[in-house]
Amino acid sequence: MRARAERFLPFALLLPAVAFLALLIVIPMIQALILAVIAEGGGFTLEHFERMAGDVNFSDAWRNTLLLLILIVPLQIVLALVMALLINSRFRGHGFFLYVYAIPLAISDLAAGILWLAVFTERGYLNSSLQGAGLIQQPILFLSFENLPGILTAIVVAESWRATAIVLLILIAGLQLIPRDFFEAADVFGAGRFRRTIHVVLPLLRPSLQSALIIRTIFAFQTFAVVFALAGRNMPVLAGEAYVWYAANRNEHLAAAYAVLLLGLTIVATVVYLRVLGLREAEVAR
Amino acid sequence: MIRAKQARALALLGALAILMTACSTTGAPSGGGQVADVGKPFVFASTQFTPVIEQENMRKKILADYKGAAVDFITDQEAVILDRISAEAKAGGQGQIGVVGLENGQFSSLAAAGAFEDLSKLADKQKDKKIPQDMLTLGKFGGNTQVYVPWMQATYFLVANKKALQYLPSGADVNALTYKQLIDWAKNISDKTGQRRFGFPLGAGTTPGLIHRLVQGYFYPSYTGGLVTTFKSNDAVAMWNDLKELWKYTNPQSTTYGVLQEPLQSEEIWLGIDHAARLIDVLKAKPDDFVAVPAPAGPKGRYYMSVVIGLAIPKTTPNRTGGEALIDHLLKPETQLITLRENSFFPVVDVKLPDDLNKGLKLEADAVAKQANAKDAKVVPLPVGLGAKGGEFNTAITNTFVRIVVKNEPIQTVLNEQGAIVQKAITDANAKCWGPDGTSSGPCQVK
Repeated sequence: MRARAERFLPFALLLPAVAFLALLIVIPMIQALILAVIAEGGGFTLEHFERMAGDVNFSDAWRNTLLLLILIVPLQIVLALVMALLINSRFRGHGFFLYVYAIPLAISDLAAGILWLAVFTERGYLNSSLQGAGLIQQPILFLSFENLPGILTAIVVAESWRATAIVLLILIAGLQLIPRDFFEAADVFGAGRFRRTIHVVLPLLRPSLQSALIIRTIFAFQTFAVVFALAGRNMPVLAGEAYVWYAANRNEHLAAAYAVLLLGLTIVATVVYLRVLGLREAEVAR
Repeated sequence: MIRAKQARALALLGALAILMTACSTTGAPSGGGQVADVGKPFVFASTQFTPVIEQENMRKKILADYKGAAVDFITDQEAVILDRISAEAKAGGQGQIGVVGLENGQFSSLAAAGAFEDLSKLADKQKDKKIPQDMLTLGKFGGNTQVYVPWMQATYFLVANKKALQYLPSGADVNALTYKQLIDWAKNISDKTGQRRFGFPLGAGTTPGLIHRLVQGYFYPSYTGGLVTTFKSNDAVAMWNDLKELWKYTNPQSTTYGVLQEPLQSEEIWLGIDHAARLIDVLKAKPDDFVAVPAPAGPKGRYYMSVVIGLAIPKTTPNRTGGEALIDHLLKPETQLITLRENSFFPVVDVKLPDDLNKGLKLEADAVAKQANAKDAKVVPLPVGLGAKGGEFNTAITNTFVRIVVKNEPIQTVLNEQGAIVQKAITDANAKCWGPDGTSSGPCQVK
């Protein structure tokens, strides 16, 4: 009797999570897939995908999404890694820094976008500080459509500020998982802090880096509120187009087509990460 | 390793974040005064008053003296509100929404589906309030039933910083400008100060800019005498060339401007045309620094867009008499004045504006009157009959502007390509011509 109960217990414990995923993720996902291939009058069609590919903003959105991904993800991983190593070195007051780094987690992405808009706009904090310090005579138009590098920089800075913390937390958790024996062994062999980081910490951190990369890449595909706030119409991105087609144009089929495209991209990216950073059995077991 | 205490605090922070996000989307229901025995409470759903302050004004001031059944005022973006109304209509039976407050154009698909009660009798009762007849006719959508009764109105006009007045081209009357003079004005400012001070509402953030309305209700009709039927005409090409010229003297950050009152207040721009509700803050804050004047005129006249917002009762209302009592309250001259004072929408009923009106509101009221009474003034309604395709239509218009003016693509190519998209939206919606395009038997044709 008791053995049987124990056999079912794990499944019972998994049930709420599975139900949650099914209800809020799987079912809407299937609905989106169906919406994307159903004609307005009913029946199967690829019209929505054709219309999506032929849309004015499509190629720009595609280019911008990938561009932001390439700029943001590596930068955030490096930043988060440095921050995680710093905090993990447990210098005096490291706890304080952890809290400070985690603050942006509590801010919605649109709010973060608006906050950074107040920094980068013509009469924003950045320009007034630079002017106040006498470094510039006229305000710099960072967010002008003529200044693509300016807009890109602003978005990368805002996104890094907003979403590095989530990577940081994953990496800190990963660092905590590394058994102390490895460090002791490294010390015995006379490895300095730098060599220890390269040869011990980074290889052992690979599983966490992998999850962080996957999560961060998925988020990067979904980025749009910050982009909307800072760049307006200058920089269409795929997720933003999905939103515009749903909310402004009220065409749920085309919005679903964009969502399916994003889903496909996400799956491809995840598979690539799993392959490239492939874990050996032993690491998974750990 | 992080100590347990820190970990706990961190978890708390996370939970707090989630809680904050969750709370931000739900507001406490608001009552409308004491609840006497007046029937079931109901929801008043509107696409207007989305800014939080305007919502609070609605709940605490506009509804303050209302003594009917409890009313829960909710507002959100057009898509959300229209989805909710149509969901209740499709579900049938009794819903929660008792009254809706929408823009004229937002009614059309719901009205066509017969989602609303006939308010003819209610409109008759309001006769003494002298609501303009053409507005009431607009609320009938070409049929016999009064789908909505007008609630309030708004329009768009030009606001200029007084610092810009010295650069006004010689011979130009600021109260009767032409688009050519506006361009010269912006050019003068740019030449003399080195700053591009004109602004277009081109932003796409939380409050997207209303550039499509300026194209639909101001530029196109003023230059071509139409919109759809003159979309690809030679007059249209001339208009786009002028807009490209104006763009040279336009602040390039315009692509981030949702509402123009903000860049006007920070003086990033000195000149701009926008919706009255999107200019009022700066006019209230600095009434002595600005002038508000009619929109410019083009070769075909001084066209301006009139935004009529109406009130209707869905057939699924939980409390019809309660809804009528609320409409009665909202149309009282006193309430209409409170609505003007607090949320800057103009009355539809015949009421004398008080002398102690806020200076900023006075500026707006004068501009509205000057614009409507100009010799060459002609009024354009919001697009009619596009229903659910209204969004695609607006986006097609905005994209036309962005491609030609911002991205500098060849005018004729863009007009042909975007014209096809505009035509698809109109044909899908089966919308007849409206406003300056005249009438048509089938869907309006892009020419």
